[in-house]
Formats: sequence, C-alpha cells, structure tokens
Amino acid sequence: MSRPAAFPFDAKIPEGPLDAKWDLYQREMKLVSPANKRKKSVIVVGTGLAGASAAASLGELGYRVLNFCIQDSPRRAHSVAAQGGINAAKNYQNDGDSVWRLFHDTIKGGDYRAREANVYRLAQVSTRIIDQCAAQGVPFNREYGGTLANRSFGGAQVSRTFYARGQTGQQLLLGAYSALMRQVDEGTVSLYPRREMLDLVVIDGVARGIVCRNLVTGQIERYAADAVVLATGGYSTVFFLSTNAVNCNATAIWRCHKRGALFANPCFTQIHPTCLPQAGPTQSKLTLMSESLRNDGRVWVPKRKGDDRAPADIPEDERDYYLERIYPAFGNLVPRDIASRAAKRMCDDGFGVGPSKYSVYLDFGEAIGRLGRDKIAERYGNLFHMYEEITDDDPYATPMRIYPAPHYTMGGLWVDYNLMSTIPGLHVLGEANFSDHGANRLGASALMQGLADGYFVVPSTLGHYLASAKLDPVDTDHPEFVAAETGVRDLTARLLGVQGKKTVREYHWELGRILWDDVGMSRNAKGLEEALGSIRALREDFWKNVRVIGPDDEFNKGLEFAGRVADFFELGELMARDALQREESCGGHFRDEHQTQEGEALRDDENFAFVGAWEWKGGDTDPVLHKESLAFENVTLSQRSYK
Amino acid sequence: MNVNLLIWRQDGPDQPGRMAPYTVADVSPDMSILEMLDILNEQLTARGERPVEFDSDCREGICGACGLVINGVAHGPRSACTTCELRMRSFRDGETIAIEPWRANGFPIIRDLVVDRSAFDRIITAGGYISVNTGEAPDANSVPIGKVAAELAMDSAACIGCGACVAACPNASASLFTAAKIAQFARLPQGQLERHRRALRMVEQMDAEGFGDCSNHGECEAVCPKAISIETIAIMRREYLRATVKSA
Repeated sequence: MSRPAAFPFDAKIPEGPLDAKWDLYQREMKLVSPANKRKKSVIVVGTGLAGASAAASLGELGYRVLNFCIQDSPRRAHSVAAQGGINAAKNYQNDGDSVWRLFHDTIKGGDYRAREANVYRLAQVSTRIIDQCAAQGVPFNREYGGTLANRSFGGAQVSRTFYARGQTGQQLLLGAYSALMRQVDEGTVSLYPRREMLDLVVIDGVARGIVCRNLVTGQIERYAADAVVLATGGYSTVFFLSTNAVNCNATAIWRCHKRGALFANPCFTQIHPTCLPQAGPTQSKLTLMSESLRNDGRVWVPKRKGDDRAPADIPEDERDYYLERIYPAFGNLVPRDIASRAAKRMCDDGFGVGPSKYSVYLDFGEAIGRLGRDKIAERYGNLFHMYEEITDDDPYATPMRIYPAPHYTMGGLWVDYNLMSTIPGLHVLGEANFSDHGANRLGASALMQGLADGYFVVPSTLGHYLASAKLDPVDTDHPEFVAAETGVRDLTARLLGVQGKKTVREYHWELGRILWDDVGMSRNAKGLEEALGSIRALREDFWKNVRVIGPDDEFNKGLEFAGRVADFFELGELMARDALQREESCGGHFRDEHQTQEGEALRDDENFAFVGAWEWKGGDTDPVLHKESLAFENVTLSQRSYK
Repeated sequence: MNVNLLIWRQDGPDQPGRMAPYTVADVSPDMSILEMLDILNEQLTARGERPVEFDSDCREGICGACGLVINGVAHGPRSACTTCELRMRSFRDGETIAIEPWRANGFPIIRDLVVDRSAFDRIITAGGYISVNTGEAPDANSVPIGKVAAELAMDSAACIGCGACVAACPNASASLFTAAKIAQFARLPQGQLERHRRALRMVEQMDAEGFGDCSNHGECEAVCPKAISIETIAIMRREYLRATVKSA
C-alpha cells in the first residue's frame, strides 16, 4: 500500500502550549514600522464583519487600504442579517465559562474537524471583541444595573451570548462600518462600492491585485496592491434557496481557487434548523428565525402521524417535544446539525405539519405563560414581527412553523494559522475561509469569528507578511493584469453569446434542487454519484442554452447573476465530490451509510481526521485532494452526545 | 391573482423616464412584491427585453438595500415594513400597482428603480462614529449603561439606511436618517466626548448633499420601516443648537 502524499502546505501552527501559542507567536512576528505602513497598500474585498473590521483596523494602523463591496454601501453586507448574538468567554454570568470552555464547546460542536490552535485563539480574542464593540457604541442589551446581558445558544451549557435585540449582526456591522467610515474620513481607506471582484491577479506567484466590474458602468477595472484580503462570505446560495441574501455568491473565492488557492471541506455546509418552510419555485429566499428563539420556544410535532388538527386543538399529552425527549441534557438547545436532522427525520417519518407536511412547530405558549407577552416581545419582538409579515400568522397566538434551510458554509478557502491561503499574499477571513468551525458551526460563533479575524488576527499576521515578503512595485499595466482582464471579458462575452432559451434563474433553481436533494442534510454514495452526473449535464446545458440579456457596459444585474451561477456549477460539483470522498458522518455532513444505531452521526477519526483541501486542475482534469491531518493534543475525541 | 403594473423605466441618470405598463398573472398572495418583480423579469428575459433593475439583497427587511415607492408610498401600504417584506396579499386581484424609485436630489437615479444613496455614507463619514481604535477599548462592563438609555439608543440604532425617510419627505430631507445616528450616540456615555463636533459636521454634510430641511411633516416617521420616531429629529436639533452655542 502506498503512503498518502504529505500535505504540501505548512499550516504554520506555532510551537508551544495551546494557551500560549498566540502570545508567543506575536512576540516573534515581524513588524512594519509606522513610517513604512503608509507605503504599503492592501486590497480588502468585502465589507461584512470580517472585511469592514479588517479594513478599519488596517487603516488605523496606517496602511493604505482599498475596500471593495458589491452592495451600494458597506453597511449592507450580509452580516447585517445575523440575528441572535455573538459568543465571548467573558464569564460575566459566573456560570463556569472560560476561554477553555468556549474553545472546547467550539471544537466539539464542530465534531472535531477544526484545528485546535485556530479555535483556541478565537476563544482567546473573543473577550476583546465585546470590549471593542461596546466602546464603539454598539447598543448591546443590558441589565438594569447597566451591565451587559447574556443569553444561551445551542451547544453550550453556559450563557455567553451577547446580543442587541434580534439584530445583533446589524449592530455589530454598523459598529465596524462606523470604524471603517472613520478611516475613510481620515483618508486611510478608499471605498469602492458596487464593484464585483472577478479575478485575482497573481504576479511571480504572489497575490498582487484584483480585476473587478464596476456594477454601475459595467467597466472592468484593475487594482494593484501589496496584499489582498478576501472577506466575501460563504456559498450557501449555491442551493438557490438559502437564508443568505440574494447577492451572496462564491465568485471571488472560486476565481481565487481557480488561480491556485486550495478549497477546503466544501461539503461542510450548515443547514439551520429554525427557518421558514419552503414554499415553491417563485420563492426567492428562505428566512431564518434566530436560534435564540430556542431559549424560550419549544419544538414539537403531533404524536400521531398526519394529525391535521390546528395546533391549539392538540392537547399537551398528544404532542411530542422530540428534542426534549431525545436530548434531555440540552433539550431545545442542541447544536444546529442535530436539531436539523431531527426535524428532517420527524417529517420523513410522517409527523410533519403544515400544507407541505415539511415543517415542525416552534411554540412560545409556555414561555408567554411563564414570562408574559411583554417579556417575549422585548426579547424577540422584531423576529415575531418579521414572521407575521411573511406568514400572516401571529406567533404570539399560534406556534411558528419552521424547517431547516441552508444557512452557513463551514468550508471555504484553505488558510494557514496566519489566515493566508496557498497563494502567498492572499489572506482569507470570516466565512470565506474554512478555518474555525470544523464540520458544524455553533450559534453566535460566526460573528465572533468574523470580528476576531478582522479586528485582531489579520492586522498582526498581515503585518508579518508585509514585513517578510520582498515585493517589487507593480502597476496595473503588468501583463498578468492584462491577461486577467482579457479572461474576464471573454467569460462575459461567452455568457452573452449563448442567446439560448432558459434563464439563469431556472438553471440556478435546478442546480439548487440537485444539491438540496443529494448534497443536503443527508447524503449517500448513490445520490452523490448521480448528483455529479446531473450537475455536469446541467452545466453543459447552461453553456448551450442560457439566455442573458446584454449589454455588458451598463448596470445589468442579470449579467452579474449569470457569472455567479456559472461558478456555482463548478463549486456544486466539488461539494458533491468532497461529500463522496468523506466516508464518515460528522457535523453537518451526514452520510446515510455512517450512522449509529440511534441515527446519530458516526465519525471515523482513524481515517478522516483531516482537512480535505482540493486543488483545481482546470475544468477538464479532476481536482486533486490534499489531506491536512488534524492533531488533537489537548482534547479527547469522543462521540458527541447531547443526551 | 393577476396584477397590472406601472413601472418607472429610465435608462440612465440623464435619460428621460416613463411609466411602462406590464401585467403579471398567477401571482400568489404569499409572494413578496420583489418576488413578483422577479417573475416579471423572468418573463421579460424570455422575451429578450431588458429586465427591470431594482436593488435588493437580504429580502428580510434588515439590509436596507430595497426601496420602492409603491402606489405613491415609500415601501408601500403597510407600516413598519420594508419593500422586500411586503406580500402580495396587501393588494387586490386585478389591481394596478404603480412602482417608482426614491425621488430626491440627494439620490440620483442610476437605472430604472435603482438610485445612488452614497450621500448617506458621506454623512456617516462626517462623524457617525466613536473614535476608538481597535485594541484601545476598556473592559466592556467598566462603563455601565442604564437599561433605558441602552434601549433608547437601540431604537435609533435600528435605522437600516434605506432612504425611505428622504423619499417620503416633501423637502427630501435626510433629517431622520442623520438624527438617528446622532441620537444613538448622544444617549450613550461613549458618545459624549465627540457629540458637538459630530452634530455640527453631520448636519453640515447633510445640507451639503442637497437634502432639504425638516419642516415637521412627519412623513418620514410614517414610512420608516423601523418605526424610528420623529422625536429623534428633535434630539438632533437640540444637539446641533447646543453644539453651536458651545463651540461659538
């Protein structure tokens, strides 16, 4: 038997004990002197929590920052929609929390498929994020004594989640946005809104710039810098129906992948348990109801299959509060992957409710009785309002109906401990990278990671890179810039040239159906192999029969979407391929062939305790899988149990 | 249900615009109005016509990207509701719905229903922040903030920057938007040190962008999807007056 090839990249995890790695490493990192910082330029793509916090912090340090986003304003990046909260190991509640416990919950919640060192650093810097945000004027919820309030989230037995009503993401983003705009005022950051990054420019093996489309004028623009930071979010919209904003896309990370950045764990996608049920092909997106609702809402289905009575007519003893029954220790606050699969199983077995029979109840009756309507309105008022606007049902009077939906992607571009991809100079932050959540992300940890990367990690590690790398000046007339622009123009011309019969949306919908059915909440070899075939067939058909309306030199959203969907075909195929090679179940990746007798995920640590990092080999050659093995020196791998 | 539409079409900032008629059949009452426009755009694309351009992103009422004047009302007939949250059940079968962009000097039209709201970013750039560099912050609980003050700050911090307040105002004033940020920080201890400079600079930037003044019509409050109160503008006026006196 041949030995597997060694992983060709160094994750650069510092030496030393787990709790000292980051501190020791910071002592050794090279620094750029204040006078030299203003000579260094950095492109930051994305203005969500990771991008805005990175651009602002790098600007504060004195770098010249060019910050790009596809929205008309940086304040609209999709982090804005995060509802429930942000975790931090403050232990303000005196309930036994600590950096270690947050680290341990996150590693365990991710089903032991993340790096110990990255996750520990995340837990360490979490406390400073809360300090920073409070100082910026983020109006967190407070107690009467003036201290910060906390609530509980899934996968934890302590209350460590900080929140601003049901719009924590909005408030944290506006905090980062305000810090960013302050730097715009100071002149350190130049803002480029309504720009879509369409290619990375690599010169002498190093990331030196981007090519993007000005979404207002349609012009292709080139920008050069000393380093590129990607913070462009995840790829849940590959499923068409997801909780992500309709403009969220994978184009920036995918085009970097095609330029040589490895793509890690693409099959690790999170299906969030508490979303509004799917309706039909005219629906444009799914709406999430914050996990925080599970603090007070109880999930149930009727005990009798096909029970058509209104929820109010089903007596207490004929209801199955299945999460409380199956997982008594965590009850309604089990992690997301567990809650989602349980809902799917209930519905697959015929206990689902609602017109499609694919939803379950989330009931606040008991909490309203215990706490009163006003208290519930204070905690979740905006979520209840949103639910009522969409469904025309009053959740104070009748239980919500919910079903899982694609929400977050743990996979993303591979990065080392410095958050640098396999292309030197290209750093990847937040949801766009793969690094901290393993195979399942715990609630309130995405905001934490985005801000940790942007405020506290990349300002140090990028400085180290800029101080160490020898970078010659480049300008945008360099042949690599010309070639990248030509490639972008050719792709646009191809899209506009097909002039077929089917719309981009129809293709996206069909691709989403394939992925949802075969690369969704549960997967098996037969379905995955079929998906690989049908995705390829659909992609070929796309390039023969898609209809995109021109021109390319004007505002044209249809053209934007066409390019994104073209990338989704290739990404979708890689997701299926990755799910197929991972012959185990872990976190959000559930293979029907690998489950315990109780139907829980069955990991195979002996053979699959690795990061699966894929290398693009051109469209006609299959991608190559590289395995970065995960060493667990501080935690004991165990079957996750929330019972 | 079937609906008739009159939609503003305009090819560019300097081009003339017109209301163009369309019909969309088999609309579900549970669809959002933007999903109904998605269907229209599918039909236009299939016919080889340019789709209607409009901004939208989160489609759950929080990003502030969407904003249409629907039958003459910014964000349409429902109160405390963004365009993307508006469902077709708010309309009658066979109704004619007029759809227009935000109209204001401060928001030039880019194409069809898409406008340029970058003036809002420039207003924030003029002082809508607290000057604290990353890493400088003290422990979050070292500055206690009363629950009431925090809640009031949150009420105005809830602004999504959609611009409906400007679109609804007969003066096209950006007062509610600007006031929401000034009031948020005026209510927090962290915001005190820069309150005068902030009020002066933000108000001056608002004026420089070509937005009109506030004359207390209250249309902004009526259409605000986050139900931000016009009292917020009174706070801004007080802050501005105070800043003028203190810095005189």
